[in-house]
Amino acid sequence: MGENEQAYVKLQNINKTFGNFKASDDVSFTVEKGKLIGLLGPSGSGKTTLLRILAGLETADSGDIYIDGKEVNHVPASKRGIGFVFQNYALFRYKTVFDNIAFGLKIQKWNKTDIKNRVEELIELVGLKGLEKRYPKQLSGGQRQRVAFARALATQPNLLLLDEPFAAIDAKVRKELRGWLRELINQMGITSIFVTHDQDEAIEVADEIIVMNQGKIEQIGTPVDVYSNPQSPFVVQFLGEPVSIRDYTQFKGFHESGGSSRAVIRPEFVTVTRKKEFNPYPVTTEEGVVERVAFRGNVLELTVRVQNELFIAHRQIGQELISEGEHVNVFLQRMYLVDDAGQTVKIAVNEALREEESVVI
Amino acid sequence: MQIRNDKGIVKWLLIGLCTVFLLVTLVLPLVYVIYTALREGFQAYLASVTDTYAVKAILLTVKVVIITVVINSVFGIFAAWLITRFQFHGKKIISTLIDLPLTISPIIAGLIFVLTFGRQSAIYPLLEKWGIQIIFAVPGVVLATIFVTFPFISREIIPVLTVEGTDEEEAAALMGANGFQIFTQITFPHIKWAFLYGVVLCSARAMGEFGAVSVLSGHLRGITNTMPLYIELLYQAFDFTGAFAMSSILVIMALIILVLRNILEYRGRKEMDA
Repeated sequence: MGENEQAYVKLQNINKTFGNFKASDDVSFTVEKGKLIGLLGPSGSGKTTLLRILAGLETADSGDIYIDGKEVNHVPASKRGIGFVFQNYALFRYKTVFDNIAFGLKIQKWNKTDIKNRVEELIELVGLKGLEKRYPKQLSGGQRQRVAFARALATQPNLLLLDEPFAAIDAKVRKELRGWLRELINQMGITSIFVTHDQDEAIEVADEIIVMNQGKIEQIGTPVDVYSNPQSPFVVQFLGEPVSIRDYTQFKGFHESGGSSRAVIRPEFVTVTRKKEFNPYPVTTEEGVVERVAFRGNVLELTVRVQNELFIAHRQIGQELISEGEHVNVFLQRMYLVDDAGQTVKIAVNEALREEESVVI
Repeated sequence: MQIRNDKGIVKWLLIGLCTVFLLVTLVLPLVYVIYTALREGFQAYLASVTDTYAVKAILLTVKVVIITVVINSVFGIFAAWLITRFQFHGKKIISTLIDLPLTISPIIAGLIFVLTFGRQSAIYPLLEKWGIQIIFAVPGVVLATIFVTFPFISREIIPVLTVEGTDEEEAAALMGANGFQIFTQITFPHIKWAFLYGVVLCSARAMGEFGAVSVLSGHLRGITNTMPLYIELLYQAFDFTGAFAMSSILVIMALIILVLRNILEYRGRKEMDA
């Protein structure tokens, strides 16, 4: 988070309740100009509400919103000058692609030639040339998304908000669009905030991630930071593929790491090697039995039982195959020690690794 | 399998039943109306429908229908907008009240208006002071017709607006559009067909309204007599040619509306699929 004068968007102590449901619970954050922010959280965590409050589509019960240094609490949505991409795109179904994109410009009373030029420029930009006369119904999901994007950008807003921009698109196209969108936003340097429940999407696209749960912000940071250095039990549990272990001090390399109620370990922290393979840390290596081997496309997912706890580990396809029932070496690199009562998270590194990388987190 | 085996017999049985039913209850009476109207020759028919009072009744009916449709259109759109786009206490009550005319007998509606605006009413002196005559005058007839037909347009629009949701309107608002621009450019195209369909139903019902109008009109020949009232008048006076001649005109108007209705439905559906 930058200095205050750099903050382009600032939310301060935002509260919003729907009946008994607390959608925003004292939320504050700032966004630097030109950054691409991912609001990440499970459904019902209040991320869409926050986006709608920012856009002026919902009114906060209390709290202040600043855009470009100006307080906009009572500025109506139509006057905030924000580009918004809806989850289902909300394209005007009785208007053509051209008229959809031109709508905001017509409202702003641009002259005809300028509108035509601007719309053509945008259509070119989003790669929909030749589809100007189509209606939204005649477009694929990906094309609709591009129209929605072009429409939101038409009036050159300084802030772009995207609500689950990829949720309605099939997996293959989604990946393509993610990269495309990221590049385009970077190119334009427009400050953007997008909402998603998909951690891969947030990690891949955002400069900075805001993790939300139950109307509260759990953590703010770069994707690397949030992923590898989770600050709350919720974030530990939400990101990656967490496996929870209760009696974690029984494992070699973690005998002295006690004091927390449980530990969480991700597959990338578990190294599984065959008995005959080279093992650099024999002293702190456990022995386990492979219970299941599942093909996951680019990796094999192993379920391994060590001392009555089940771990998930990945193994590359190129590596020697491991079969179910095989006895293997299991080396646990690190764990997140979660204190549920105190809502804190510590990182515990295997003793064998501690000296080597005590500096690195 | 079971369904397929039965299909032949059941289908034809149902078709037969429907045909007989429609013949007896609809086609036969209609044919009879036309037959009776023309029984004494076309000249008599023409004389009946060009009679001064007949023409006045036709014109009054058209006038009442137009006023009713205009007022109910405005009211219907507003009501539908209110109910689908705002959250407030008492919404259920308003929604139920809109449906009231569908369940209340028109005669009772007429009597309610007589009680509200008639001589025994508390506001009658006020109305008299301002020279406003409602009972036994055209305003009463219009009022009764509006009351009886006011659910038709809003009831057609409400489901459409509910299904469409608010996203497109919000998108337009975010792009700086004001309420009027949003309504005319975004919302209205959605409800256009439902709205026109509602107008058709409303007109059809307004044309034929008898009960409530009968109570409020006072049956003043040439002044407050709409077509249905005039028909009844002729019928009571044993002028069957006249009564059925006028009926035939009402039937023709109804048929035109029916055709309009089908065209609208067809075009609306075509646009939905496009």
